[in-house]
Amino acid sequence: MLIIKDLHAEIDGKEILKGINLELKAGEVHAIMGPNGSGKSTLASVISGRDLVKVTKGKVIYKGNNLLDMSPEARSHAGIFLGFQYPIEIPGVSIINFMKTALNEHRKARGEDAISPSDFLKLMREKKALVEIDSSLVNRSVNEGFSGGEKKRNEIFQMAMLEPELAILDETDSGLDIDALRTVANGVNKLKTPKNATIVITHYQRLLDYIIPDRVHVLYKGRIVKSSGRELAMELEEKGYDWIKKELAND
Amino acid sequence: MEKEQDKILNEITQGDYKYGFYTNIEMETFPKGLNEDVVRMISAKKKEPEFLLEFRLKAFRHWKKMKMPDWAQLNIPEIDYQNIIYYAAPKKKPELESLDEVDPELRETFDKLGIALDEQKRLTGVAVDAVIDSVSVKTTFKETLAELGIIFSSFSEAVREHPDLVRKYLGSVVPYSDNFFAALNSAVFSDGSFCYIPKGVRCPMELSTYFRINAANTGQFERTLIVADESSYVSYLEGCTAPQRDENQLHAAIVEIIAHESAEVKYSTVQNWYPGDKNGLGGIFNFVTKRGICKGDNSKISWTQVETGSAITWKYPSCILKGNNSSAEFYSVAVTNNHQQADTGTKMIHIGKNTRSLIVSKGISAGNSQNSYRGLVKVLKNADNARNFSQCDSLLLGDKCGAHTFPYIEANNSSSVVEHEATTSKIGEDQIFYCNQRGISTEDAIGLIVNGYTKEVLNKLPMEFAVEAQKLLQISLEGSVG
Amino acid sequence: MTEVLTYKDNKLDFEDMFRKSEKTNGHVASFLRSFREEAAGSFIKSGLPGQNTTKYKYLDLDGLFSREYYYRFQQEIVHFDINHVFKCDIPNMNTKMQILLNGFYYGGQDSLVELQGGVKCGSMLQAAREMPDIFEKYYSKAVGKANDGLVDMNTALWRDGYFIYVPKNGSPGESLQVVNLVLSERNLFLQPRNMIILEEGAELNLVVCDHALSRKLSLSNSVSEIFVGANAKFDYTVLQNDHNSASQINYNFIDQGRDSRVEGNIISLHGGLIRNNHIVKLSGRGAENYLGGLNLTDGDQYIDNYVFVDHAVPDCYSEQFFKGVLDDKARGVFNGRILVQQDAQKTQAYQKNNNILLTDHARMNSNPQLEIYADDVKCTHGATVGQIDEEAMFYLRSRGIPENEARMMMMYGFAEEIIKKIKIDSLRERIEDFIARRLRGEMTRCENCSLLDR
Repeated sequence: MLIIKDLHAEIDGKEILKGINLELKAGEVHAIMGPNGSGKSTLASVISGRDLVKVTKGKVIYKGNNLLDMSPEARSHAGIFLGFQYPIEIPGVSIINFMKTALNEHRKARGEDAISPSDFLKLMREKKALVEIDSSLVNRSVNEGFSGGEKKRNEIFQMAMLEPELAILDETDSGLDIDALRTVANGVNKLKTPKNATIVITHYQRLLDYIIPDRVHVLYKGRIVKSSGRELAMELEEKGYDWIKKELAND
Repeated sequence: MEKEQDKILNEITQGDYKYGFYTNIEMETFPKGLNEDVVRMISAKKKEPEFLLEFRLKAFRHWKKMKMPDWAQLNIPEIDYQNIIYYAAPKKKPELESLDEVDPELRETFDKLGIALDEQKRLTGVAVDAVIDSVSVKTTFKETLAELGIIFSSFSEAVREHPDLVRKYLGSVVPYSDNFFAALNSAVFSDGSFCYIPKGVRCPMELSTYFRINAANTGQFERTLIVADESSYVSYLEGCTAPQRDENQLHAAIVEIIAHESAEVKYSTVQNWYPGDKNGLGGIFNFVTKRGICKGDNSKISWTQVETGSAITWKYPSCILKGNNSSAEFYSVAVTNNHQQADTGTKMIHIGKNTRSLIVSKGISAGNSQNSYRGLVKVLKNADNARNFSQCDSLLLGDKCGAHTFPYIEANNSSSVVEHEATTSKIGEDQIFYCNQRGISTEDAIGLIVNGYTKEVLNKLPMEFAVEAQKLLQISLEGSVG
Repeated sequence: MTEVLTYKDNKLDFEDMFRKSEKTNGHVASFLRSFREEAAGSFIKSGLPGQNTTKYKYLDLDGLFSREYYYRFQQEIVHFDINHVFKCDIPNMNTKMQILLNGFYYGGQDSLVELQGGVKCGSMLQAAREMPDIFEKYYSKAVGKANDGLVDMNTALWRDGYFIYVPKNGSPGESLQVVNLVLSERNLFLQPRNMIILEEGAELNLVVCDHALSRKLSLSNSVSEIFVGANAKFDYTVLQNDHNSASQINYNFIDQGRDSRVEGNIISLHGGLIRNNHIVKLSGRGAENYLGGLNLTDGDQYIDNYVFVDHAVPDCYSEQFFKGVLDDKARGVFNGRILVQQDAQKTQAYQKNNNILLTDHARMNSNPQLEIYADDVKCTHGATVGQIDEEAMFYLRSRGIPENEARMMMMYGFAEEIIKKIKIDSLRERIEDFIARRLRGEMTRCENCSLLDR
């Protein structure tokens, strides 16, 4: 589904990603871990098309297409969803209006007609229940005045509404208490099908207790320095990142 | 509780001005009044070249046509410009070869002010130019600085020794026609400091000018000109005091700063002119024009000011951000007490692309004083990606004072972002109670809170100055603040 | 008689106007005379306000007055029913509509109309005749010493306007609507004078719409006095949606009594030049004032809002929130001043002005001011000028919303923060629709206004 080859990228002239290689197949869950500043969020930005990040070298192929040529909205239509680490507040724009517009744009891209208001409300109700989001939240402006947990839940709700094929969850666990974490993780698990894939970006192992990854990658100084099965996450939890840093230093 | 606070407020506001003494030295003064002859006399006295006399006369002729501005939030008593002495100098001030030749009375004066003119006694980090009334009496560390090509001298000396530099930059940032007080200063300025940092030089010590008004009935009109050539750096300090007198005295200075490509100038001032007594009698009228230009790309100018003195302050240190990627900062603490009035702030004029400016202003009003922030942020049409953030906070101590905020924003570029935030509040009773509960007296609590409130600005001052400024804040608010 | 406005060498021939006015003064209530004379005297001294004051810094009155205008001291007889020409078509909006035609109250000049709850409305002149006691009690009290040439000029020369009176604890039961129509073959200069009185405990919802029907130039210098008694509630929405030849300078003087509440929203969608002056005096403890403003400007339009809120007594609350979107070469000005007087302890005052510039030719000047003489207060103000948040744009696009649509949503959301405060649903929906279409560039004016263009 997603193939990343020798990806180099910079922000404001500073190289952040220094040759990333990654392959993801439908139905898989990959976790990307790493200490602060290792380039995890930058990678998410490259995949979702944020122009803050400049790709200097390498390829990102998504379902056979060159992803880097596509606008952020085209990537969204193609099934890519980014759960933001810091969801943006948009005063004055209600979640309902926001989601309706987004959903209809997705349908338009697929050549379908706009959804009828009653179907839309039905869909909203269904997905709200799925991710256990408070009904009153959706009547408010996008993320405005939301607590940290509410913002993250709202991200998962949007993911449920848009049914992406590739979801990237950027530090979705940060700032969440254990209950909120469980709810968010449940939401993600319920949305999982053999056809879609998920990249979970996280600093801690605890989210991976709930969302079980097929592969775990460690990103360090702009490179994936270690890839393994789920047990790698456990090891990191136990030993911290210093262990990897040391191992690298010894090489 | 309130009673007690009032009492403390009262006690504090009685705090005395400790620089109010007067030095009895023989002075040479001109007769009162201002006309073309006086302007010519000043110029002749200083043996100035023709271009400078011309500059003065043009300014004087322009000034005569101007009216005093009345738009600020100030109540300024009528000033009789013919009742002011425009030139006063210690008589014995001849060309000084060494410190020993400085009049012992004068040395003592500066010792009392905590400004030692003796280089051995000074902390090595600071070079001082001491100006009393109209003339500079001594510049320290001149030779050390000269080795690096840095020129740091009195303005008069610079006119004599570096006339081309003076001619090139004088009035280039603040033209004589700029405003009423700028025109007046340009006509009659007496002395001041001049400083030039050559290409690529980082000035190794703080340069500082200390201004003292001593004589009665005189106006002080000094001029400071700072030129930082490409990729140079300088940190410049200015301090001032005046004796306690019942009549008002006028101080109308000009400061011009030029920062060439990649140069950085830090200008810090602690202004402590005599503020008048607690009934509002006497005190300095401080009407000052300070402006810098970030002329070259990537240049930077930073103003930091602590304003505690003067009966009336009218002062807007400003920056013209002309070079691309240039940046400017303005940090200000203005304290007013008793019957003081302050109308101060800054102007940031964004001309170049990617220019940045930051304004942090903290006003504290006590007694019967009025304290205004007035600022202009202007973004010109071609200033793509210009950014400004302004934060103006006012703190009120007592219910007879006023705090005002007048920001002006003029944006003419769609990629620019200008943000202004302001708050006005008094010290929260819950904050004081919290301190009380932890065993801190109300007076100390107010002190602590004010300290915290001004920290952001005081931190920008050079170490030695910051300590002085903090002491000054305490004295200014003594009783109303711990 | 139609008169020509004479303006030469930056000076209005006011004395000529006043002389002519006095000649045709027969039917004006006599007690108004002293006000007129006093105002005329101070105008002669001051003249039109100059651009050297902060208050009028950006307003080019000289340019405005140096065009050709005509004015009248009496209503022009129209030979058709205005209701055939103009109909407000906002669906399901139940309002009692009154019309000012060229600054004169239209229809029913002979007596005031009495509505439910003892509410009276009609022509100012008629009110002066019919309710002299109440009229005299209030007239010019909110204006006071205006120290403003334009206000003085209105006081000296006004001939009519609308009048609304809500008695103690009264309420008309439905919203009232005032429509200012301008319809003339000639360029017009108008000076309506309006008065709204809410006695203690009264309630009123008012909608004011401005519609210049003819394409000729017009300049309106209108003054309204609004008195809101103790515990009274006044809610008003002003919709300014005029064409480019229409210029207006409005003064709303609001005086609020104890525990009263006033909420106003001024939506400026279109107009050649608009200057609104909101002058609020909170003179009773516990009074609350909420003022919202939204302007969407493009072309060469100029929109200027001046706000002055005077916290004269303790325990009052005020909030001003103005937003602007400026496109093309539009020019916007916000000048907001909060004054907290020495005794006005426990004041809370909040002011905010946010603007988006869409082009490099659009200009915005924002000048929020706090002037505070009391120490136990909570006051903040903030102003921003910037552009659409790029972070938010990316967020929307990452959800599949195309760039143009995302931009529209952002602007709409920006406007919505003001629009959502309008309480009359049908009116709010109409304005939302206006704004959506306006932002898409599909519409520049209210449909009805183009009726005469057929």
